[in-house]
Amino acid sequence: MPFGTSPVSEAAARSNNAPLLELQSLSTHYVSAQGTRVVRAVDDVSLTVRSGETLGIVGESGSGKSTLALTILRILPMAARIVSGKMMLDGEDLVEKSETEMQHIRGKRVAMILQDPMASLNPLFSIGDQVAEPIRVHEGESRKNAWQRAIGLLKSVRIPSPETRVTQYPHEMSGGMRQRIVGAIGISCEPRLLIADEPTTSLDLTIQAQYLNLLRDLQRAHNLALIFITHNLGIVAKMCDQLAVMYAGRVVESGPVTEIFNKPVHPYTQALLNSIPRMDDVDRRLTAIEGQPPDLASLPQGCSFAARCPRAFDRCRVEVPPETRPSPGRTVRCWLDGATEAA
Amino acid sequence: MTAILEAVSLSKHFQAQRGFFGGGGSVVRAVDDISFTIEQGKTLGVVGESGCGKTTTAKLVLGLEQPTGGEIRFEGKDIRGLDAAGRRHYRKSIQAVFQDPYASLNPRMRISSIISEPLTTNEKLPADEVRRRVLNLLDLVGLPSRAADLFPHEFSCGQRQRIAIARALALSPRLIVLDEPVSALDVSIRAQILNLLRDLQAELNLSYLFIAHDLAAVAHMSHDIVVMYLGRIVESGEARKLAREPKHPYTEALFSAALPSHPDERREEIILPGEVPSPLNPPSGCRFHPRCPQAMPQCGEQVPELAAVHGRMVSCHLYSPGARPVTQPAEAFPNA
Repeated sequence: MPFGTSPVSEAAARSNNAPLLELQSLSTHYVSAQGTRVVRAVDDVSLTVRSGETLGIVGESGSGKSTLALTILRILPMAARIVSGKMMLDGEDLVEKSETEMQHIRGKRVAMILQDPMASLNPLFSIGDQVAEPIRVHEGESRKNAWQRAIGLLKSVRIPSPETRVTQYPHEMSGGMRQRIVGAIGISCEPRLLIADEPTTSLDLTIQAQYLNLLRDLQRAHNLALIFITHNLGIVAKMCDQLAVMYAGRVVESGPVTEIFNKPVHPYTQALLNSIPRMDDVDRRLTAIEGQPPDLASLPQGCSFAARCPRAFDRCRVEVPPETRPSPGRTVRCWLDGATEAA
Repeated sequence: MTAILEAVSLSKHFQAQRGFFGGGGSVVRAVDDISFTIEQGKTLGVVGESGCGKTTTAKLVLGLEQPTGGEIRFEGKDIRGLDAAGRRHYRKSIQAVFQDPYASLNPRMRISSIISEPLTTNEKLPADEVRRRVLNLLDLVGLPSRAADLFPHEFSCGQRQRIAIARALALSPRLIVLDEPVSALDVSIRAQILNLLRDLQAELNLSYLFIAHDLAAVAHMSHDIVVMYLGRIVESGEARKLAREPKHPYTEALFSAALPSHPDERREEIILPGEVPSPLNPPSGCRFHPRCPQAMPQCGEQVPELAAVHGRMVSCHLYSPGARPVTQPAEAFPNA
């Protein structure tokens, strides 16, 4: 399978296997109580993740990236509905699963790490109880055995003296340690897919570096598929093999990270990459993207980015661009380059 | 080059964990004996992790906290020796923009009142002159004049930060303290604000004290950078040189932990062990020595002095051979 111009990396070689998770035209909408307002938080999203591979999903706040994560785990708030599409995990459609079946999947085959470790840990339970809980629930281990495994897990996320830490409570830990404990809970039942939603936003820089390295080591050790949700392109550059850029609920561009960084096709991706300050080129004027992201409840008729796009023309304001493939492994939603090559 | 603000051996110690009878409390040395200079029309960037004292430094400069040691000189004069008029001039000349524009703008005030509040409290001006100045300020930060009659909730995050900047500019200050001004903003909006700040600096000859944890943004904005660790300056110098070749092991680790701007960018990663110790009980000697990959025996005993190294100030024993070694002079450089 060709991988464009990028050097065939280890990750690319590994990713030749069948996709672990395949989202097909997935849409999740929030509907208000009267049914008058529909927010298209996730709109017609198709993505794939393979074992051992990291998919980065970037977007600004309100681009639908977190709703996408909640959709995959089917832990959406009451007002949200998966209106169409499929989520194939190892050939099984997660959209069709019942709530009971999903309970056996969550934490066991798909796990998640959230942004704020203080909010995702229960302050009233000891670390050992919380790390052991998924093992006891999913694998029916005895409390004693589960605790033993919890100690091992804490060791694997590099918590010093895990034997004493296991009996302590979340408030006795630092922010970095709490986030590593959340990571330990995530991998406790050896899931195939781990979703990390802005896992390092609350961490300091040197602690963030520790944590990202830890995640990468865990991924290699368990051949995990990792979905990294972030607004930080630096994290994507450091961690990810594949990238999907979301804007106003849609994936506007996706493909191998190096290719997108070298040659972004969509004007939004281009602008985003030019808007971040770089250490090696401090005199360059940043390219600001003028205007604001649109309101998801009243999206413009055509391409959502048209109002801010420097290269928009008449068609962009009328018709939503379809997803096209400018080169193998890449997709883009834009009337500019993609449309002509696909026609 | 004229210095607009100088901090000389500035310290701020907080009393913590006071005993039952109010004595025997321990002291948090939030800022400990730091010195820096902010030049006219230039930006001084301050970087460091949480607990390093960067926000306390900002508060000291703004006069929101009183220093427990050292002095701040504004336009050459110690601010504690100023008379009432001098203090008023100082407060007008130094303004601030904070991180969260949702918290820093009063939701019940119209934008015109928010921006004109510093004007009306400090200068006696007729109403139409105030209005004229507000519209000028809005224009300066790139907002339409109809914004004056709206409320903060009618604006997006980036626009609110523009309003906060307009308010800071109202009294034509000489120095603006920017405490994480873009951290709360979306990626596509950050560049707008950073560009605006740079344009305003060029136009109005402003000085900035720029505090942020995004190293690339600091390197982009600053002329000089100060790196702090647990209340002390570990390194300071010209921004570009410091970012390109850090000297202090902590600066080195910090900049190696900064995220790459391209997936092919591979730099040597220095992963520091452990976490930042509590400022209540900082390590002896060099405060960084327990995490330092190049720590030597003397680092735990002696506080390294901030000394000039290749046109830069570095506080590290690696760069001070024979700097009054007290205990083990022979082993000062075991690996040298």
